[in-house]
Amino acid sequence: MKKVIITVVGKDIVGIIAKTSMYLYKANINILDISQTVVQDYFNMMMIVDCSKTRKSFDRLGAELAKLGTEMGLRIRCQKSEIFEKMHRV
Amino acid sequence: MINIYEVIETNKMILEENLDVRTITMGVSLLDCADSSVAKTCDCIYEKLMRLAKDLVKTGDDIGREFGVPVVNKRISITPAAIVGSACCRRPADFVRIAKTLDRAAKRLGVNFIGGYSAVVSKGMTPADELLIRSIPEAMAATERVCSSVNVGSTKTGIDMDAVRLMGEIVKKTAELTRDRDSIGCAKLVVLCNAPDDNPFMAGAFHGVSEGDAVVNVGVSGPGVVNHVLANSCRGVGFEELCETIKRTAFKITRVGQLVAQEAAKRLGVPFGIIDLSLAPTPAVGDSVADILREIGLEHPGAPGTTAALALLNDQVKKGGVMASSYVGGLSGAFIPVSEDQGMIDAVNAGALTIEKLEAMTCVCSVGLDMIAVPGATSAAAISGIIADEAAIGMVNQKTTAVRVIPVAGKKVGDTVEFGGLLGHAPVMKVSKFSCEKMIARKGRIPAPIHSFKN
Repeated sequence: MKKVIITVVGKDIVGIIAKTSMYLYKANINILDISQTVVQDYFNMMMIVDCSKTRKSFDRLGAELAKLGTEMGLRIRCQKSEIFEKMHRV
Repeated sequence: MINIYEVIETNKMILEENLDVRTITMGVSLLDCADSSVAKTCDCIYEKLMRLAKDLVKTGDDIGREFGVPVVNKRISITPAAIVGSACCRRPADFVRIAKTLDRAAKRLGVNFIGGYSAVVSKGMTPADELLIRSIPEAMAATERVCSSVNVGSTKTGIDMDAVRLMGEIVKKTAELTRDRDSIGCAKLVVLCNAPDDNPFMAGAFHGVSEGDAVVNVGVSGPGVVNHVLANSCRGVGFEELCETIKRTAFKITRVGQLVAQEAAKRLGVPFGIIDLSLAPTPAVGDSVADILREIGLEHPGAPGTTAALALLNDQVKKGGVMASSYVGGLSGAFIPVSEDQGMIDAVNAGALTIEKLEAMTCVCSVGLDMIAVPGATSAAAISGIIADEAAIGMVNQKTTAVRVIPVAGKKVGDTVEFGGLLGHAPVMKVSKFSCEKMIARKGRIPAPIHSFKN
């Protein structure tokens, strides 16, 4: 399994989850977990996804999601999950 | 399972607090390039570097993109050039040819610095060592990306004062030959005591003879992260909580370095060497070790209490870092360069920080007098005296110390020097006007200290 963390940060609007999920569905990427919260008036969403079945390269995925974010006035980042696991687990 | 608050914390460190991996440095042994012909030696060096490091920059950038953490510098360190060139170099100009070869390879590979134009002369100089040292001014003037270092002493051997005397003259000459660029040659030249074989940070990086054929070493950074954590949760708290917080933060920063190092080693097909868990500042606002010292409770670095605050910081960084990585090495600690840290520059401009106080600080931090601009009129003997003082601190305290001072040609106290980029800018600092000439004129070496005899 290639676990990737997608983070969405910005002003809350209608359709953030719908549009992001639609993109992931078309790219054959399975969503494992979604959580969201508001920090300092900013909407924060985190998706844990499995990228093992997609045919898109990591770079392309990152670029397309970033573009989708820009269209919605949000910042969307894609990162391999190890950076978070290593940093926060002994 | 990772939770959203941990993800937010990590990304805040990266996006707002300047967390980055400062350098992936590939160490390459060039011992097998030694030949009796300068041309053949240079050809072999170029070929080996191009072969082993061809994917270094791309790998660093790929890893940075995939994990979402900037890998700022990709660099190379080599076997001390004095050893590589000892069979073929008959005059300083021969060594300069090697320097130019290294510069050409660095430019072609896209690495911003290549370190190891070095000589390790802690007990004495071979003829090749001396030739290399004498070639440094011209090599630094004729190249852009080559870094040079000379190790003049160690706890085990004492201090080679002949090399110290010579280095005073070499630093001055290097400044003179690059006077049209604010003596920038000296920013690429460092004089060390107890130099580690596996340091990934410039200008002192070289690939020691105790190392294998190739290795990947990683230097982490993150003074901004420590500063933010202290500002947000440690104002007015006791030392126990302060230290615990720095330690936890150092752990997190180092874990990122460990991940990047293992990944880089795997992709490059080269063994992982060490993580250097240093707090390395940059001229960027908020990326400052001085700011941490202020956050601990000093008005400016240089105030009474600075040495204690720095000792505390350095120790907690090590304690947090060692837990996070399987192999720790290099310099590992807090760096206190002046020109590369806006908070240090402010402290000098405010009159709070002097060279003498910086010297005291080097007793408890990881390196030494770093990136300090001094008047162009400073004598070679005075520079040798500064080098001898630092080497003595390193020798007696069994730690690495270094001197990277820039006697800026044509500049005096109060002037400012602009180096640009990561090297930053610096106010020219005052050096004691009293002479040490008669001491520096003495020949020979200072013996090793009594506590070095462990056998």
